[in-house]
Amino acid sequence: MNIVVCVKQIPDPASPGALDASTHALKRDGKLILDESDAYGVEMALQLVASAGSGEVYVVSMAPNGETSGMRTALAMGAARGLLVSDPALAGSDALTTAKVLAAAVTKLGGADLIIAGTESSDGYTGTVPEQIAECLGLPSVTFAKKVKIDGQVLKVDRQSETGYDEVECSLPAVISVTAGVVEPRYPSFKGIMDAKKKPLDVVTAGDLAVTPTGWAAAGQKIVNVTQAEARKAGTVIEDDGEAFGKIVAFLENLKLI
Amino acid sequence: MDFRLSQEQQMIVDTTRQFTERELMPHEEKVERDGHVTPDLISQIKKRSIEAGIYACNMPSELGGGGLDSFDTTLVDRELGATSYALHYIVARPSNILRACRDQQIKEFLLPTITGERVECLAMSEPDAGSDVRGMKCTATRDGDDYVINGTKHFISHADLADYVILFAASGEEQTSKGVKKKITGFLVDFDSPGCERVKGYNCVSNNGYHNMILNFDNCRVPTRNILGEEHKGFDAANEWLGATRLQVAAVCVGRARRALKLSVEWAATREQFGQQIGKFQGISFKLADMQIRLDAAELLTLRAAFNDARGNFSDTEMAIAKVFSSEMCQFVTDEAIQIFGGMGLMDELPLERMWRDTRVDRIWDGTSEIQRHIISRALLRPHGG
Repeated sequence: MNIVVCVKQIPDPASPGALDASTHALKRDGKLILDESDAYGVEMALQLVASAGSGEVYVVSMAPNGETSGMRTALAMGAARGLLVSDPALAGSDALTTAKVLAAAVTKLGGADLIIAGTESSDGYTGTVPEQIAECLGLPSVTFAKKVKIDGQVLKVDRQSETGYDEVECSLPAVISVTAGVVEPRYPSFKGIMDAKKKPLDVVTAGDLAVTPTGWAAAGQKIVNVTQAEARKAGTVIEDDGEAFGKIVAFLENLKLI
Repeated sequence: MDFRLSQEQQMIVDTTRQFTERELMPHEEKVERDGHVTPDLISQIKKRSIEAGIYACNMPSELGGGGLDSFDTTLVDRELGATSYALHYIVARPSNILRACRDQQIKEFLLPTITGERVECLAMSEPDAGSDVRGMKCTATRDGDDYVINGTKHFISHADLADYVILFAASGEEQTSKGVKKKITGFLVDFDSPGCERVKGYNCVSNNGYHNMILNFDNCRVPTRNILGEEHKGFDAANEWLGATRLQVAAVCVGRARRALKLSVEWAATREQFGQQIGKFQGISFKLADMQIRLDAAELLTLRAAFNDARGNFSDTEMAIAKVFSSEMCQFVTDEAIQIFGGMGLMDELPLERMWRDTRVDRIWDGTSEIQRHIISRALLRPHGG
């Protein structure tokens, strides 16, 4: 069982982010870390391979500045090798180009029985890349996986829906996107951190993968404007006069939370 | 001296910070309120810190530890220092002096302490022997293949959760050029040894939930095979292995002060009085600047001592400077943080009043500020016959 996990390296959310004035895109010139939403995918892959009894977990990523810190984190968690596609020409890539690059990276690694991605990145939120990877590779795609089981060559997924979950099956190989909280990601252990140093992490360009970067000019999507998020409004205070529970239930029902 | 971190060191820092924020900080309030950490939580923290490799990270990797040197361990302590010490210490860093274990002691004490099966504590202080360690009255008298221990130790940190103690006792006297001095021997003593009693210690203003105990020894027999290091050479062993524990105090103070400053900056930038952010008043902004200045200085002094120690250049003076400056810096920073927060700073809804109380002990334990200054000044004067 070989699994490839697509991971994104993003600016540390703990530091104040900044937008590029001309492209409206998040600046990514500093240190990048493993997107927390991808840590779930890495953990799930490690658990599935452990259950299978054999196989490896590989990670692929795309970053314009050659940054590998986030990928090293995935390697320290237990992934066996990484492939980073780094090319200045990839700056400004839209979601489809990103998917083509990652699909080509998966192919370069020799394919996989399962490809895992997060449902969406924590900095871009397009939420379309996993399905586009599946289309590029001609594989079935299952989104919003909250529970994953592999039974022979059959993938069984509990797929999160608005009202509960669907039980979905498809054949392998396949691409899945996993939701946050699906598993509890392990910490990169100190031993894992030291071992990660010795693990292969190859860096290739878009040209090496025969993918033509679109750049800002030809991207199929553009950020036309960015506006400040509306400030959070003051909450509602319910005084408990003995009937407060009813008001809270009504409030939650109104939000369709219960 | 280059303090830039390698990618691996940065990952160690990131992992420890994550661990501290997720596994420890959420429990601070309850531990402070209850005055203890529940056994379940201790087990959980221990298990997860072992999995993450933070537990016993200071011990050699060939013995199952993390294999980190002084510098890397200091980075770990700096991150853990941001939280309550009652939670921090569970992510154990076994005493370095256990490296002096030999023969059967390795299997019986050292290895299970690294794996977390056993927990040690260390007993040096006595009611009448604090900074004057050689003045200890707890005696160890040779009787055949045993030593018989009599006396009392106090301020024994986390003895309530340990199952054995690294005990220092007076095992004789010797004539020196400065008169008669006591010979000190280190022992590994199981708490279930007959004649060894643990009783509740004092309530301390610092580190609520992290308990000290009093140990009474009444004809407690300890076999000579449990001598740690050489007989009568306990003081040398303590100097060799315990000198760097001051680094942990310094690093914890830096981590705690960092958090206090961060909270203060956020507050100064958002709290408005007289129609503007309070950070725009010089009375507040200069406090922030002074806090940052001292914090940076303390951090650099701590990293210097750790950097040199990691390269085999242990300096008693550098350790003392790092410890005294960082502990006094932390007292200043947490106090100023409270001043910036005003009345709210003293309320237990915020962690500041706890941090302010917690750091008071840092100027006392592991050698008081006065002893550290004595070490520093002695090194200055010795070449001049002082």
